[in-house]
Amino acid sequence: MDSQSQFYLQTKVPSNLFRWWSQFRSNKLSFVALIVYLIIGTFALFAHFIAPYDPTTQFTDAIHIPPSWYEEGQTKFILGTDYIGRDMFSRLVFGAQLSLSLASIVVFLSASIGITLGVVSSFASYGIDGLIMRIMDFILAIPSLILAVVIVAIIGPGLPNAIYAVALVLVPHFVIVTRTAIDQEKNKEYVTAMLLDGASKTRLFFQTILPNIFPPIIVQLTFAFSTAILEIATLGFLGLGAQSPDPEWGSILSESHHNIMFAPWTVAIPGLAIFFTLLSVNLVGDGLRDAIDAEKK
Amino acid sequence: MPVIILRQLLNFIISLFVLTIFTFGLTHLFPEGVSLLIPQDLDTGSSITQIGESVANNGNLFSNYFQYLNQIYQGNLGLSSVRGSSVFDEFFIYFPATLELSLVALIFAVFAGIPLGIIAAKNKNRWPDKLIVSSTLFGYSMPIFWWAILLILFFSLWLGVTPVASRLGFEFDIQPLTGFMLADTLLSDKSYSIEAFYSALHHLLLPAIALGTIPLAVVTRSTRSAMISILTEDYIRSAKARGLSFTKVIWKHALRNAMIPVVTTIGLLISILITGSLITESIFSWPGAGKWLLEAVYRRDFTVIHGAILAIACFIILVHFLLDLLSIYLDPKRRRT
Repeated sequence: MDSQSQFYLQTKVPSNLFRWWSQFRSNKLSFVALIVYLIIGTFALFAHFIAPYDPTTQFTDAIHIPPSWYEEGQTKFILGTDYIGRDMFSRLVFGAQLSLSLASIVVFLSASIGITLGVVSSFASYGIDGLIMRIMDFILAIPSLILAVVIVAIIGPGLPNAIYAVALVLVPHFVIVTRTAIDQEKNKEYVTAMLLDGASKTRLFFQTILPNIFPPIIVQLTFAFSTAILEIATLGFLGLGAQSPDPEWGSILSESHHNIMFAPWTVAIPGLAIFFTLLSVNLVGDGLRDAIDAEKK
Repeated sequence: MPVIILRQLLNFIISLFVLTIFTFGLTHLFPEGVSLLIPQDLDTGSSITQIGESVANNGNLFSNYFQYLNQIYQGNLGLSSVRGSSVFDEFFIYFPATLELSLVALIFAVFAGIPLGIIAAKNKNRWPDKLIVSSTLFGYSMPIFWWAILLILFFSLWLGVTPVASRLGFEFDIQPLTGFMLADTLLSDKSYSIEAFYSALHHLLLPAIALGTIPLAVVTRSTRSAMISILTEDYIRSAKARGLSFTKVIWKHALRNAMIPVVTTIGLLISILITGSLITESIFSWPGAGKWLLEAVYRRDFTVIHGAILAIACFIILVHFLLDLLSIYLDPKRRRT
């Protein structure tokens, strides 16, 4: 450390990001959730190296093997096998990859459409704004899963179509969050000051307002992510999303829930995977929101 | 005061219009040849016009839309392409089952959630509050299909205290009058009507708990946050200063004001309940509208899909309208504007 920085006692002003992070870290539950989430994410990212077998390989001599901690379990199959002898652990790990990557695609699609529409509607004329908001209100009025089911029914079941359906259903939330955030910022004094300085609309938006509407949008991103995981799994469970050999968590559950009596682990384990993923994403979202709210005060 | 009611009414009618435009557009997205079947005459049921085809024939979208509106106004939603029965009639056979299930789930959520929210708000940041808030987080993160399976596993298969599927024990023969099994069993003149009522209640319990869990979490959270903000108000402090007991303060002063945001939340719950009933019904083999819609999706019965989404969305819009009126009644601030 050089002598100058000790001479001038002024410390560096912590950035917004750093302050959120230190606020977030002080919430132990959310921090643990973030670690759990990162572990699941690592599993998903390196599924090819972590999973011992291919998720669709069938071991015909090892059907319904219980998890390894049972008497009849085998160490070859850590979490046991399912009704046609596929390794549960491999399916679960590849399922994490599938669920998380699909949810990311969904969130990316709906966020880019939703944020754009939100910006357009808050800067556009009264008529266009009204039209966009009425359409969004209408999409919100129909229960999301029913809308997704109907979309899938029209364009046909399957993973890509399920992605479009879920993405469409999530769009209105982004529009509303973006529009509310911009409306709140618009009337603040620093924006008026910029306006009086003669800033153009684009400059006003990109340099003045945009950095300040990130917090609510980031929170909305995490909640949309957890909704996307849940909706994709639900569609998979109903047989309208991922189709049979795909190791999607929801479709694993729907295949195995008939065998719940003699192979309860095939139901318990994928359910736990969905539950813990959702719980960790929700906790991280809660922590983020609290951190950002605390900073505001 | 009448102005705001008129405004709500106008909103309601506009929403219905947007809905019919949406469903009308939907009929054009259906695959060729299975376009919406609208019987010209319900009595004969033989002459059938295909809206999609007539659009192709004369190309006048407007007159077709008004023809479509007219058909819906007459309660004509076409015939199921699988069963050949009227979709309108089928809806009224299946929907009461969904409504009954959702209502019981809602009652469970409200009557458990409001006290839990009050307890949490009263003990803010102490252990009861932390316990309740973290349990609501469990409720939010629980995939309902897995939760329902776990409930069946525990209560039906392990403890053996509740039935697994359907609405009524097979030994009872109850004529549907209202479609609500609880009412039908009581109205029935059979000698076993009371036993049938208990059986229906028994069958209803587990699906209602499965369906009501997420709403319970939502109601608890919104009651808690409404209560916390109201308990810091001046009028609550002055009520306490006058020496009223905590229960009196809650009952006489806080609850009604805390109910305003909760009523808004119940509006959101309708969506959650209908979505949840789609899954719950398919797991518990509950013969409701959700299962009806899903079956139609599996069999690609587009007339039923169209009718189901139209009717369910109408119902939701109606409930939102009524809840808006209720919140105007509860909230004097809204009455003035």
